[in-house]
Amino acid sequence: MSLETEIKFTLNGRPVTARVPVTMKTLTMLREVLGLTGTKYACGEGECGACTVKVDGITLNSCLMHAVDCDGREVVTIEGLKTPDGMNAMQQAFVDHGAVQCGFCMPGMIMQADYLVGENPSLTREEAQRGLEGNLCRCTGYTKVLDAVESVVEKKCCGRR
Amino acid sequence: MEQKVTAASIEKKSLIGQRVKKPDAPDKATGKTRYINDMVLPQMLIGKVLFAGRPHAKIVSIDVSAAERLPGVHAVLTGKDAAGLKFGFVRDNVPLKEKVLCEHDEIAAVAAETEEIALKALDLIKVEYEDLPGVFSPEVGREASAPQLRENFPDNKSLRFEFKHGDLAAAEATSDFIADNVFRPHHVTHCCMGTSCAIADFDSNGKLTIWTQTQYPYNYKMDLAPALGITPGDIRVIQPPVGGAFGSKLDVYPYEPIAALLARKTGRPVKVIYSREDEFRASPTRQAAIIHMRTGCKRDGTITFRTADVLLDNGAYTSWGPTIPVIMMRTTSGHYRVPVVDFKAQAIYTNNPYAGSFRGYGNVQTTFATAQQMDILADQVDMDPLAFHIKNAQKSGEVTPQKSFLRECVLAECLETAARTSDYSRKRKEYAAERGKPGRYKKGIGLASSIHNAGGAKIHKSDGIGTILKVDDYARVTVITGASEIGQGIDAVINLIVSEELGVPLEHVTIVNNDSDIAPWDVGVHASRTTFIAGNGTRRAARKAKAQILKAAEKMLGEPAETLELRGGSVVRDQCGTPLIKLDRLLRQMHFQAEPELVMVTDYYEPNSEPEGADHISNHSAAYSHAVHVAEITVDTLTGEIKVDRITSAQDVGRVINRMGLEAQTEGGIAIGLGYALSENMQLERGLLKNPCFRDYKLITAPEMPELEMHFIESNCAEGPYGAKGVSELPTIVIAPAIANALFNATGVRIFNPPLSPEKVARAIHEKQQQEK
Repeated sequence: MSLETEIKFTLNGRPVTARVPVTMKTLTMLREVLGLTGTKYACGEGECGACTVKVDGITLNSCLMHAVDCDGREVVTIEGLKTPDGMNAMQQAFVDHGAVQCGFCMPGMIMQADYLVGENPSLTREEAQRGLEGNLCRCTGYTKVLDAVESVVEKKCCGRR
Repeated sequence: MEQKVTAASIEKKSLIGQRVKKPDAPDKATGKTRYINDMVLPQMLIGKVLFAGRPHAKIVSIDVSAAERLPGVHAVLTGKDAAGLKFGFVRDNVPLKEKVLCEHDEIAAVAAETEEIALKALDLIKVEYEDLPGVFSPEVGREASAPQLRENFPDNKSLRFEFKHGDLAAAEATSDFIADNVFRPHHVTHCCMGTSCAIADFDSNGKLTIWTQTQYPYNYKMDLAPALGITPGDIRVIQPPVGGAFGSKLDVYPYEPIAALLARKTGRPVKVIYSREDEFRASPTRQAAIIHMRTGCKRDGTITFRTADVLLDNGAYTSWGPTIPVIMMRTTSGHYRVPVVDFKAQAIYTNNPYAGSFRGYGNVQTTFATAQQMDILADQVDMDPLAFHIKNAQKSGEVTPQKSFLRECVLAECLETAARTSDYSRKRKEYAAERGKPGRYKKGIGLASSIHNAGGAKIHKSDGIGTILKVDDYARVTVITGASEIGQGIDAVINLIVSEELGVPLEHVTIVNNDSDIAPWDVGVHASRTTFIAGNGTRRAARKAKAQILKAAEKMLGEPAETLELRGGSVVRDQCGTPLIKLDRLLRQMHFQAEPELVMVTDYYEPNSEPEGADHISNHSAAYSHAVHVAEITVDTLTGEIKVDRITSAQDVGRVINRMGLEAQTEGGIAIGLGYALSENMQLERGLLKNPCFRDYKLITAPEMPELEMHFIESNCAEGPYGAKGVSELPTIVIAPAIANALFNATGVRIFNPPLSPEKVARAIHEKQQQEK
């Protein structure tokens, strides 16, 4: 068995401590050690984006990041996007616009979409297309995903005005 | 009985054609949905499979002793543990092999306490192989000199199909033009985002429970049973949420009986789950084929005949792939008015991966041929392709040579709509005129259409569905249905129909459809059948429940049932909408009266269609529909890259049921078609897959998705629920030939072997330029 180490980090706003093998990836830790199965395995080599999580405010493929590298950081998964009132604006927009079919890629897709709009509140449709290039979906053709993202941008912009 | 009327009248509002959300979307959007891939059972072991990694070989010896000794390993199985457990369409497959016939042949399987231990155990299995010469194309495989892969199949011949109609020689003699081309549709695979997974567990009475991704739970039992040597009745199929299917889960694949064999051996639940690489190597493909097609026409553009001589790469085993001629011949004989037809198809065993069914089943390949030949012939007779298509388009009431009855046929309207809204005819002329002029980037526009079954397909003895519907004391409705949900959205359609019929809110409907011990028979999610078949089943069941409720209301209220309706959770007077009693109150009164009754109805719906039959002359679907796509592209003539700028589609949907779901199915179908047309390709070299990853097997991504303009034409199908037809395969079917025709318009080159990758396009343009010099 491989060497294990203890790490402490913030997960969806709560402090956690976990003992993980040094070879373990963040995706495996989330799913198998911490029981957060919202984050998905679909390729394991950073090509599909289904395992996208936010670490210290930046989205990345959790299948490529070692679990030990979470030590001292702030990690947010799809389960952490929910607000006390329910789904966050991006999650709700995906539901309302019919962007979810089988849904397997959606946790990663929503994490990335939420990040893109957070970074750029006036994100255009073309920018959203490029920003979601690393998130593969086999069901939707991305059209309703982009509709959902656009609707969130519109709401945010209108709210500001 | 006097009723106090306090509420205002409730207006009649129809949900048909409205936008209804998928009920499972919130859990999926929040990461709460427990997919089969996420499931863990107490005591569960992890199963892993050792693949051969070579295309054709004898197994000289296999030593599993070191693997068995590894701590944490509970069972190791090899081919001898599965000897005689033949399964598959022609019983030519076994869960674990004693001889290698393709790269992904399952040689051994391990059940261990963790995935890590299971993988280590696989490494400890020593297999000595003696490689044999292989067969890697059907053209080689049918030669007498080719290695014979199977004792019982001389000349490597697997399935054969034929259909003939009319006097071919006479038709050829009257033809002024004949398009004659060989098309080579290639190997692609489904790429479900959730990798293949099954969990098996036997109880102490010997009954198997299998959690699977299957999209056909009832026939699945029949197909799985021989792979385990048990009876179908001893199998319970549970379908947790799945990460896509697209036809890939319409058969039993070896990992499923392997999970069950490991579970039986260990007495514990066993989960077999694929890595992405396993998924690429060991999943079914879309059927690859070589199609020699000829279509003739007269100088005035009238089609005279069509022939297709098809060779299918069967691969090593026979799943649904080599049965696609059933649909290929319908397209060959029914895509436009074709008076004379000669179709034959022969499948040849090879040492390549084998094909299953895949959205568009056989029609993706055939339409790639027929729709290009329509364009080729239009060019030869010098007609605008639109006019050529309309001249040969069938009309409502026509019957094809195979007796497909086109009761409502709006092909011409689809053609005119797609062409008009994309300004097809003008742009086509303009771009063709630009073709020979200098300039690196060329624009092109292409039109293609197809026909597909849209009311089920009676390839089994039954194409029916069972439905159980109950309305409880709180006016909550439960629909227990055979219709599986694989992401396509039948859940929203069922909710919509129940709400439409019984006047209850959408969120008061619960669907139970994931357990074969509970839900009644259905043939499965395939053939664009589910909205049509399950939609009819649900509506019939709901109407039975409504009749029972209104009869009780008549008794209680003293008003004739025919004058009453269910609306807004109440019984109302149909004419004025005046509410008379709340539905839940009425249901409780029905329940607790002197002669108590519960509202629980059953229904079995069998569509009005005929079994396919051995001669293939039957009206095998209760409806047919057409779609037309116009693709607008920009070609970089230097690099060969095709950018799809815009797709305009016009499809006969019968009637829109859930507009949001319909759009979603169309958009997603187009995306799969775009991948097939432009980039997806399993690179097989001597039976070995060279690109088993998303880096090298290129799916369409968000930036490549063109603008879409979708027109849904409502032909109002007499047999469909509210007039609806099945919809979900046509968008995938029509896209590749539309792009191929656009490529010709832009550059004057044609490509008959998809995908239309930059290398192929650049080479073809270069060769054309050389010839013209």
